[in-house]
Order: sequence, then structure tokens, then C-alpha cells
Amino acid sequence: MLQFFAQHSKLIDEIGINALLALSLSISLRAGSLALAQAAFMGLAAYVGSIGAVRFGWNLLEATLAGAFAAAVVAAILALPIGRLRGVFLAIATIGFGEIARIAEINAPITGGAEGFSNIPNDAGTVAIYAALVATGLALALFGRSKAALALAATREDESAARGVGIDVAAVRLRTLVAGAIVAGVAGVLYAHANFFITPGDFGFPRMEQILVSCVIGGVTSSLGAVLGATLMTVLPEAVRFLHDYREVSTGAILLGFILFAPGGIAGLWERRA
Amino acid sequence: MTAGGDLSVEHLSVRYGGVAALDDVSLRVPRGGVLGLIGPNGAGKTSLINAVTGVIRPYAGSIALGALRLERLPQHRVARAGVVRTYQNIRLFAALSVADNVRAGALRQPGDLDEAAVRALLERAGVPDADLRGRAGALPYGAQRRLEIARALAGKPAVVLLDEPAAGMNPRETGELRAVIRSLAASGAGVVLVEHDMGLVSAVCDRVVVLNFGRVIAEGTPAQVARDPEVIEAYLGSPADNVNGSSAVDSTASAAEKSNESASANSNGSSEA
Repeated sequence: MLQFFAQHSKLIDEIGINALLALSLSISLRAGSLALAQAAFMGLAAYVGSIGAVRFGWNLLEATLAGAFAAAVVAAILALPIGRLRGVFLAIATIGFGEIARIAEINAPITGGAEGFSNIPNDAGTVAIYAALVATGLALALFGRSKAALALAATREDESAARGVGIDVAAVRLRTLVAGAIVAGVAGVLYAHANFFITPGDFGFPRMEQILVSCVIGGVTSSLGAVLGATLMTVLPEAVRFLHDYREVSTGAILLGFILFAPGGIAGLWERRA
Repeated sequence: MTAGGDLSVEHLSVRYGGVAALDDVSLRVPRGGVLGLIGPNGAGKTSLINAVTGVIRPYAGSIALGALRLERLPQHRVARAGVVRTYQNIRLFAALSVADNVRAGALRQPGDLDEAAVRALLERAGVPDADLRGRAGALPYGAQRRLEIARALAGKPAVVLLDEPAAGMNPRETGELRAVIRSLAASGAGVVLVEHDMGLVSAVCDRVVVLNFGRVIAEGTPAQVARDPEVIEAYLGSPADNVNGSSAVDSTASAAEKSNESASANSNGSSEA
């Protein structure tokens, strides 16, 4: 057992971080907004937390708080121009924002550019990652029964009818974007401190795609589904290494399979049985 | 918070581009009163509901609940002030449970509704035996309409605007709706009823406002407007020879026959009365 953990600790950490990222996207999806800026928030926080740790000697907690705060502020600002966008238009605008962030990270004087930023203290272990995951999961579970969660679900179902019962739809969307950015930011700092080396490419569109696919496979509005989806999406590429160049195909095949045969994702399969 | 008070609409105009959907409309709904709003299709009834509930901005005029001016408030603030509606095309939160739909109606109130409170509201709206955990969108049509009413009632509204609540209901369901509307008014809420079912309108409304082409063409008790020659003309078209006088009511049958020639001038269907 211990040996298993020792051998796969890297993978286990990766699962935890990807699960956090999937949870962060699921917050926006609960309100029905396809805001795909999670990878950008992750990267932003990763750079803030890493530069702070290297330059100013922040510990992991300080780096995490600063990174999450920076992601939250940027999310609140981003909410202004994208506030009226919905569906694929919102998706495209937020993916565009992700590209802007990535290119800024390549060109900014303090990020180390495309060659990456290294010497990040390697102080984010499995315990820290899973503590963050459990805390986020618990917070979402408690939130799930609240009136605020109902306001999110109503906004997702019918925005005009939601306004008709007094829900401030713009505020709901702003809050979900900021809350998602905070969780993604925490994941980003943990990622940087678990890998002690980051490049802008770590936070590009492929990362965002992986997060989205995790949520779709898991079931877009379920916390447990998001975690399971992220686990599958992290383990799968390792499990199909024997496919060599065709590895990427397995991700697409699984995604297609879920969309066709289980559109509710893993959580949907489960609910169907109950 | 619910402000309470009478709903008053003064000189309200609504325009879509160059088209005047409402032109200088004034009306008043006292607490506990039921105002019928009738008129041919396209008369501006739903535009009035949209303007009052903040879905569309009026071009001119004022809307007030007691002392609170509503015409510049965003939709959700109007709802929070206690002015709520149902929709001509049902707009439930279809994938959510029946209970969550009712709870959503009470979101602007402090606290949350428990199961007993949800059940009581459903009973009041005439769907006592709905499965609380079932999907709202899976309910039969008539039950969906009444669930929408339950959602509107959940927030203890000051004014409820019902947009054709009896559409698609059978006579027994319409009879139950009559009781729902009366109990709503008895609880102190003002009710605006947009409806084509004149039996329902006459049975529950204290006053009726008749719209045509965005203007008020008649106002009074249900019996008064039913005798109003301009109303009969709006619905049936004008008789070729006799527009005025008491014979207008008696001549509705012949007016309907003769309406073909005036239909082109009126451009409204004559089959709705």
C-alpha cells in the first residue's frame, strides 16, 4: 500500500490538482455559464505564487492566498466585458482571454518567458493538495443545499424567469466566476509548488480542454462527478501508454462515448440507477 | 422587501423601434383588487406586463407600487419589490424539482420554505398532489401553469400579473383557477388578469380595462365593458350600418357575420370574443 503511494505519488498529486480544477469549472457550469478561463486563472495564480515564493520568500500558505486573490481580482475585472455573453460566445471570449494571459506570461519580464520559471520551492505535497480538495468539496457540499445554490440552478434553467423571482443574474454570474477563479488559483499555486517548474504552456488551451472534458465526463453540475471525471482524465493517459502516438485518440473516444451514450456523465449514470 | 400598496400605471408608452405597442395607458390596481386586461391579439397586454415587471423599459410614463417607482428598476428589483408574474408560455425551471420551483419563488424572502410550506402553496395554487421531487417539466400542462402560480405566490407578492393563466385549461381546471385568483385577492394582493376566457374574467374581475392597438378603449365593470360598442367593434368589427346604441349587443351575431368586410381595416381576428 505504502509502496503504491510512493510509486504513484506524482500521479496522485496530479489527480488532486486536476480534481480541484474540475470543481472550479463546475461552479460556473452550475450557473449555466460556459466560462472557460480556468486554465488562465490557474496560470496567473501559479505565477503570482511562484514569483512571490522565489523573490520574497513566501511560504506555501502565503503564496496560495496571494495567488487565489490575484485570480479573484482578475476574474472580477474579466466579468465586466463578458457579462452579457452567453453560450459559445462566452466560451470563445474566455478562451481568448486564456490566450492573452498565456502570451502575457511568455512576454512579461518577470516570468522567465517561454523557457519557464524554475526554483519554485517544492513544498506542496499530497497532504496540502488533498486538504485543499477536501475543503473545496466540503464547501460545495454545504453550499449545495443553500438558497444561493438554488439561485444558481434557476439562473442556469431560465435567466428571465430567474430575474422574475428576484435573482440578480449578473451578480450570480460574477460570483460564480470569482469563486471558480479562487479554486483554480489555489490549484495553480499548488501545481507550481508541486512541480517546482512552470511554463506558460502549462496553462494553455490543452489544459482548459482537459478541465472541460473532465467536467463533461463527470457530469457538469456534480462535485463528485467532476472529481471522478478528473481522476479518469488523469489516469487514462497513463493507462493507455501502450497506444503510443494514438494516446490522444483515447481521450476523444471516451468523450464522444459519454456525449453519445451518457450525456449526464458519470453522475448522470448514477442518478439514473437511483 | 415587499413594499405593498396599490399598483398605478400612468401614461405608459412602450415602443419597439417605431411601433407603439402601448400608447398613454393608465390603470390602477388596488390591494385586493382584480383587474382584467383584455383585448384582441397584439393589443399590448403582454407588453404591459413586460413593462410593469421590468422586462422592457417603457418609452414614457410611470409605474409605481405605492410610493416606489418601478419603471427604471431592473427586472429582479421589481420582483424583489413584490411585483411578480406568470408567463403566457410557461417558464418554469423545468429540470428542477417541483419543490425547488416553489422555493425559488421565495428566494427574495428571508429564510427558506420547508416541505410543509411548499405543500401549502401548491395546495393553494390547485396542485395539491404533485410529486415534490419530480421534475417540474414532467408535470402535465395544466399542473405546470398552476405550479407557476404557486411559484409566484411563494414570495408573498404585492401584485401578481397572470398572463393567460387559463390558456389550455379545461372548464373544471378553469373553475379551480377562479378560486385561486379569488383567494389571492382575498390575501391582499393586487391581481392583473390577462385572459381571453370572458367567463373567467367576468367571474373574478372587479374592473376590466380593454386594450386595442396599444390604447385603452374602454374601462369599467365586466358588464359595462361587455356592452361597450367600441369593445364589440374591436373584437368583432363594426357592423356596416349600426355602430351606436343598445342594439350593438343584440346585433353581435350579425356583426360577426358582417365583420369580414371590416376585418381588413381592423387587422385583428374576430374569433376571440
